[in-house]
This record gives sequence, structure tokens and C-alpha cells, in this order.
Amino acid sequence: MDKRFEPGPGDSKLFYLPGSKLLAHIDPWWGLVALAVGLTVILVTVKADPFLNILLFVRDGVAVTALITVTSFGLVLIVGLIGGLGRLSRNPFFHLIATLYVEIVRGIPLLVQLIWWYFAFPVVIQGVGRWLNVSALANYQANAIFTAIVGLTVCYGAYMSEIYRAGIQSIPKGQAEAARSLGMTPFQSMRHVILPQAVRMVLPPVGNEFIALLKDSCLVSVVAVADLTRRGREFMAVHFNPIEVWTMVALLYLVMTLFSARGVAWLEKKTRFER
Amino acid sequence: MEAIINIENVHKHFGRIHALRGVSLDVSRGEVVVIIGPSGSGKSTLLRCINRLEEYDAGRIVVDGIPLDTTQNINAVRREIGIVFQSFNLFAHLTVMQNLTLAQRVVRKRPKGESQKIALDLLTKVGIPDKAGAYPIQLSGGQQQRVAIARALAMNPKIMLFDEPTSALDPEMIKEVLDVMLDLAKEGMTMVVVSHEMGFARAAANRMILMDEGQIVEEATPEKFFASSHERIRSFLGKVLHM
Repeated sequence: MDKRFEPGPGDSKLFYLPGSKLLAHIDPWWGLVALAVGLTVILVTVKADPFLNILLFVRDGVAVTALITVTSFGLVLIVGLIGGLGRLSRNPFFHLIATLYVEIVRGIPLLVQLIWWYFAFPVVIQGVGRWLNVSALANYQANAIFTAIVGLTVCYGAYMSEIYRAGIQSIPKGQAEAARSLGMTPFQSMRHVILPQAVRMVLPPVGNEFIALLKDSCLVSVVAVADLTRRGREFMAVHFNPIEVWTMVALLYLVMTLFSARGVAWLEKKTRFER
Repeated sequence: MEAIINIENVHKHFGRIHALRGVSLDVSRGEVVVIIGPSGSGKSTLLRCINRLEEYDAGRIVVDGIPLDTTQNINAVRREIGIVFQSFNLFAHLTVMQNLTLAQRVVRKRPKGESQKIALDLLTKVGIPDKAGAYPIQLSGGQQQRVAIARALAMNPKIMLFDEPTSALDPEMIKEVLDVMLDLAKEGMTMVVVSHEMGFARAAANRMILMDEGQIVEEATPEKFFASSHERIRSFLGKVLHM
């Protein structure tokens, strides 16, 4: 058979049929991306009213969703690293703090956490401000986007801590022993030997977290953030056309998650190394 | 001769297992000591205590005048001691060249150019200068172990420890690693080797040590050791030499 049509080591074998030439060429996920984008474009051009109107109306919501997701995720990577190292720390204080954080956050629904950060957190700050007699704090007003980012970061940081912890623990003990026996400090060993390998190990679950965060970010629509979901609801409140609005919103989320998934897969391929 | 490693009455427990039961051993500068013994006899544990990869529970180890139990900066001692592991433990995400230069740069603070030159010289010495750009996975076991030896040597250690360096290798690759170790011994490196390679012991060792159940049971020059009529030595040699 023609060599070109045989699946390589990184290719999906899902759609591969012996003797099939065309299908073997198409990466099914790119096919799905094309399908979702194509459907969106067709709807918008063929039936501009209401689909183009919806798209134009919710586009700032798309920007807010992207902003909240990307900012939170950047912070989640940092919080998760600190939490993961805390979970592995031999210092009982750091270990306890990190463990409490993970266990508490994992036990509370994300929606409840977001509501707490938006409605309860500012009241706490105001109370502290009055007690300390600091007017800046006493008059603190919640910024919806800010508290949404805090809420998502705190929640996803806990899950990310566990991913980092597992990744660091998956690196064979001999790697750290070799580093330490060359005279590296625990920090140097972590920084130059363990983490670079652990990060590559955890890339697939970290990518999943990004996509999950992108989808869960729709929960911020209930705490006054004008994200994609909320903008969809606003459009529907005026025009009352649920099928069109929610199909469009669903398609936009799908396009974003599919592109993210391809990005993660690309990153995985770039940083892959054999053990 | 002056002792560079001084081990006095060291004890080590793993939970309920008493792994080292009062081991005392002096190693002189430039000496090659080969430790043999059945599996579980404590030879690897003893070796790993010398650079404190294992903490010991009682006793005293002094390396090059620095007592290990009181020193705060164990890293200062460790960079003078190279260790080669059974499973190579090369840094999997780095090339051979990067494996050799990493510790030189972050521990010894050598500039990039100098560390690379030292690395290349050592790779030439162990016979694989052409593999500088390869990743560990692309090398054979014997090549990986030679890189591991070069990586340890790049720190200019005063002592080299070998923890069963050829036990994970295919038979045809054992010689290339032993040859490198023989060269090192000839150059006067202080070496403590846990190995059952009796050919190497005969050729390079100044002293043979037989361990059993956490204790040193026999100690002799290779000539005396191999000619010994001692029951325990004969019995153990019978097993490793397949006699």
C-alpha cells in the first residue's frame, strides 16, 4: 500500500480503514473543527437575521469569556504549582495549608464559590475595613470580572495542585537522586530536573483543565459578568428566539473548545520526549 | 595512607529491617575498594550513606575531613563525590551534552563554553563524543552508563561511587563500561564499587569486601580473597563465578 496513507505514530487510527485512501488523510478532529466553523459561517451568511445579529450582539461576551478564561488559567498554573509543591512539602505547615485548601475547595460546588466571592467576599472586606477604620476597604465595591477571576482561579487552582502533585510524583526517584548527588540543592533539582519533566507529563490533563475552565466560565454569567452565556440570555430576553440563540452560543463554545484542544495537542507534540 | 572516607560503626534501619549493623570501613586516597555480597546484605545502602542519599541512624562518616552528620551543607560534600547508579538516571529531558553541563553550570558556576569543553573532553574519554546531541533514550545501555560516568566526572569529584554499574546492562555492553572504570582506577581515582564483576575486581581492586546481613564479614586483597579457603567467601564466589 502507498506509504503515505498508513497511520504514523502520532496519527489517529480511528478513521483508518485498510485500503481507504481519502479518510486516512483526514485528522478527525480537524474535520470537526471545520464542521463547527463551517456551520457557524453558513448560518450567519444564509440566515443573517437572526444569526448575524446574535453573533454581533454576543461578540463582546466572547471577548469577556476569553479574557476571564485565559487570565484565570494563567493564575491557575501559578497557584497550582504552589499548591502542588505544598502538598509534597515535608514542612508540616505548608503541607497542612495546601491540603486544607485542596480539600475545602474540592468539596464546594463552583457555582456556590463564585456566588460567595461576588456577594459575601466584598461584605467581609467592608467589615474588616470598618473594623480597621480604613475607608478604602470599608467602601469596597466588588468588581464582577475581578471576583469571577478570583473564584475560578481559587477553584481550579485546587484541582491543578493535584495534577502537579501527581506529575511531580510520577518522575522516577532516581532523577532527583542523580541531581542531588551532583551537588544540586533541592530547589535546583526541582527547577532544572524534576519540573521540566513533570510539566511535560501533565500537559494532557492540564490541557483538559483549560477546556473545562473555558466551559465552566459560563457560570460567571450568574454573578453579573457579561460573558458569552449572559449576552446570549440578554439577546433572548429581547427577541425570544431560544433555538437560534442557544444554538449559536453552543456553536461558539464548541469552536473555542475545539481550537483549544488542537492547541493543546500541538503543544504536546512539540514538547514530547521519550523516556 | 591517609583515609579520605572514614566510616565508623554505622547503623541503618528501614522500618523493622536492620540494614546496616555497625559497619566500619576506611578508604584511602587513590584506593579502589570492591564490595560484594548477597542481595539485601546492605552494600548499596552503605554506598548511598557515603553521600547521604540515605541517612544513617547511628555512627559516624567523615568524607575528606568533613563529618556528614554535622555538616549543614551536604551539597558541598556531594559535589566532591560522584555516584554512578545501576539504572543510569540520566536526565531524560536533556541531551547528553546538557546532562554533562547542567550541574557544572548551576553548581560549579562554570561558564557555558568552559563546561561544554570539559563535557566534550569527557565524552571523548568515554568514547562517545559523537553522541553529544543525542537524548538518553537514543543510546544503548552501555552508552548511557558511560555518559553517567562522564557526568559525574565533570564535577571533578575526589571520590567515585559505583552502585552495581553493570547489573542493568546486556552482557555485550558490560566491557565498555568496565574499561572506562579500569582507566579511572589506573589514573588514581578513589573508587568504592559495589559490583559482582570479578574480572574488574581482580584487575583493579586494592581491597575486596564481603558483606552479609548488614555487616562486613571479610576483607582482603583480591589475591588473598580469591585464594581464600574461608567458607563464606568460597560459597559466595561459587555463586557469582558460577563455579
